[in-house]
Amino acid sequence: MSVTVKIMERKGSSFLEKIYLFEIFKGMRVTLGHLWRNLCDNSRLYVRHYPEVKPEITPRWRGRHRLTTHEDGTVKCVACFMCQTNCPAKCIMIEAGERMDGKSEKVPVRFDIDLLECIYCGYCVEACPMDAIRMDTGIFSVTSYDRESVFVGIDELLATKGAFDEEEYKKGGA
Amino acid sequence: MNATALEKLQAAFPEATISTVLDSAVIAVQPERLIETLSHLKNDKDFKFSLLLDVTAIDYLEYPVAQEARFALVYTLRNWQKNMVVQVRTPVHDPDAGVPTATHLWDSANWGEREVYDQYGIRFIGHPDLRRILNHWQFKGHPLRKDYPIKLGQICYETDSMEKEIRARLALKGVSQSTMQDINTEIMFLNLGPSHPVTHGAIRILTALDGETIVANVNEIGYLHRGFEKTAENLTYNQVIPLTDRLNYCSALMNNIAYVKAVESWLGIEITERTKFMRVVMSEFFRIQDHLVCIAANLVDMGGLTNYWYLYNEKEASYDLISRLTGARLTSSFTRIGGMYRDFYEGWEADMENHIKNIEKGVSDSYKLVAQNRIVHDRTQGVCVMSKDLALSYGFTGPCLRASGVPFDLRKDAPYYNYDAFDFEVPVGTKGDLYDRLMIRYEEIFQSIKIIRQAMKMIPEGPIFVSDHRVALPPKSQVYGKIEGLANHFKLIFEGVKTPPGEWYDSFEAANGELGFHFVSDGSGRPYKVKVRPPCFYIMGGFHEMVEGSMIADAVINLGCINIIGGELDR
Ligand code: SF4
Ligand code: SF4
Repeated sequence: MSVTVKIMERKGSSFLEKIYLFEIFKGMRVTLGHLWRNLCDNSRLYVRHYPEVKPEITPRWRGRHRLTTHEDGTVKCVACFMCQTNCPAKCIMIEAGERMDGKSEKVPVRFDIDLLECIYCGYCVEACPMDAIRMDTGIFSVTSYDRESVFVGIDELLATKGAFDEEEYKKGGA
Repeated sequence: MNATALEKLQAAFPEATISTVLDSAVIAVQPERLIETLSHLKNDKDFKFSLLLDVTAIDYLEYPVAQEARFALVYTLRNWQKNMVVQVRTPVHDPDAGVPTATHLWDSANWGEREVYDQYGIRFIGHPDLRRILNHWQFKGHPLRKDYPIKLGQICYETDSMEKEIRARLALKGVSQSTMQDINTEIMFLNLGPSHPVTHGAIRILTALDGETIVANVNEIGYLHRGFEKTAENLTYNQVIPLTDRLNYCSALMNNIAYVKAVESWLGIEITERTKFMRVVMSEFFRIQDHLVCIAANLVDMGGLTNYWYLYNEKEASYDLISRLTGARLTSSFTRIGGMYRDFYEGWEADMENHIKNIEKGVSDSYKLVAQNRIVHDRTQGVCVMSKDLALSYGFTGPCLRASGVPFDLRKDAPYYNYDAFDFEVPVGTKGDLYDRLMIRYEEIFQSIKIIRQAMKMIPEGPIFVSDHRVALPPKSQVYGKIEGLANHFKLIFEGVKTPPGEWYDSFEAANGELGFHFVSDGSGRPYKVKVRPPCFYIMGGFHEMVEGSMIADAVINLGCINIIGGELDR
């Protein structure tokens, strides 16, 4: 096993290269080969008919966020501010309130994510000790006509469902 | 650095304090002796530090340990034959009075010192062109000083005409005022960029033309400056990783790896074997991506559009693997200090083999169109030549340096992650022209494929994270269920990974050359200072040497050929 140095050979001095046409025909053989193959079978072309055909979104994909819920539909988040602390872009804004159903002490009364600032790094998901925030919605394109609507709040985050079933999501390594 | 080299250094500089940090030696001198020391290190036959890698400064205003002066200046030098790195540091007592320049020793000091002046406000006496470089010319203050508020944005209202600079360059080239005005030899000024397809980003190339020939050239960069270093000072070590994605965004994962490698080496963490192999596989895969972008775009500039499809199709397809693995196409954020974010997914081997097979096919097809094509030869051979000495002097590294005939590659000369266990070749050019630079990238793609295939055979099973609880987040099951796990998790997230106080430099062979990080730690979980040594910053610093005397069309393909990536250049 060894790393060696290789001096690159310089091409271009031979007669056949100098007369130009010979090499050009050789090159044409390559391009025409591609043309021929593509004519015979165009299923292998790298073309995706977006937006009719969506790209593959995998369980690891860091898409738009959502807040998860307990089985009874109540919010899992305990407003511990871990995600907000770990966010490098500082784009999560949480306001905590008292929780009345006895599941924990606090709940978020406000949970906003500024998606224009978000860099989709997944650090919030990594930081959450409750598995309360996830980026498994499969939403990869966040577009809008105004700034306000890319500022998502708690209701929208809770309303979005995950795009994968639990087993598949866990297999992604979460 | 070995003991004999250290003894030699101590013998040569009896008055200086010399210490070793990781693999490099740090020589502390007083400002009066700075230039003498630097020139001795460069010219003495025992040392021959022919590469000035980087110049940076540190502002100790908020540093917990008292220092000799508020500012310190650091020159990082490398002897590429013997694999030695030396950092020369000196206290700066009065930044306005300044310190003498090293521009007469290395050309790379020109841009390096300009950056220090721009960011820290330290003057360099005798510098030929001391002005801002990353921040705009109407900027007030020096952003990397600790007392500069991070939120203070400043807007540029007017472009810099750069007339003074281009005229100075013309005068240096021996073009007199009368020639410039003579109707037959009149000089025309032309801007290429900043916003123009040829720049592949935003760089301003101001040329002085005689007909179509470039007589003089000066460049303006900084259009993409986002203040990486300032931002990083306000984040924990792990939080910086997503920012490194945005340096060289064509090979984001490589920056992630280079960054964490630098932190880990200071922490003295030995990462697991599997992680090492993972990092090798992924950095070679991203080296391929980087070269694919470079060659494809470069050949489009040359008029060979077909190549673009053969190369870029495969790059596009590779994003399938990348997004399955990392969860994003471009911004991978895939490493963490002490390991990786996730392990490979099930079935990655088949995907990887499939991709590299297709890449091999695509690159070979493109190579067949290019290698013996006379148009390519005529456009590239003997054009924009960079001689070996000049390339070293300008601080070139990576494929551009190797094209000029310097067989320096960190993977070969300072192997990390078991690189010495692989069988591969480092391609080296002979002339340093466009042709060499282009062909080396082709060859490096094939070599990287070779490394990936070997690494895939050797990669062991095992954990992908060290088990050290000072750096590794506890597994989620413990966080959800156990109080110790939760407490550890809280501590790491809130305080970050703590590093012992000190300063160090660590480097990595990225696709464009040596990607280095200079850190200063105050013992907390946030870097006191991070300085990136971006390979293409210094390559761009030598751009004018390559294009002066060539035609406009050559300058265009030369810019594509050196693979300038704005994110890394301007940070
Ligand atoms: S993905 Fe990253 S940037 Fe976006 S909210 Fe989460 S932590 Fe913040
Ligand atoms: S989402 Fe998770 S980390 Fe964020 S506040 Fe709620 S429980 Fe804490």
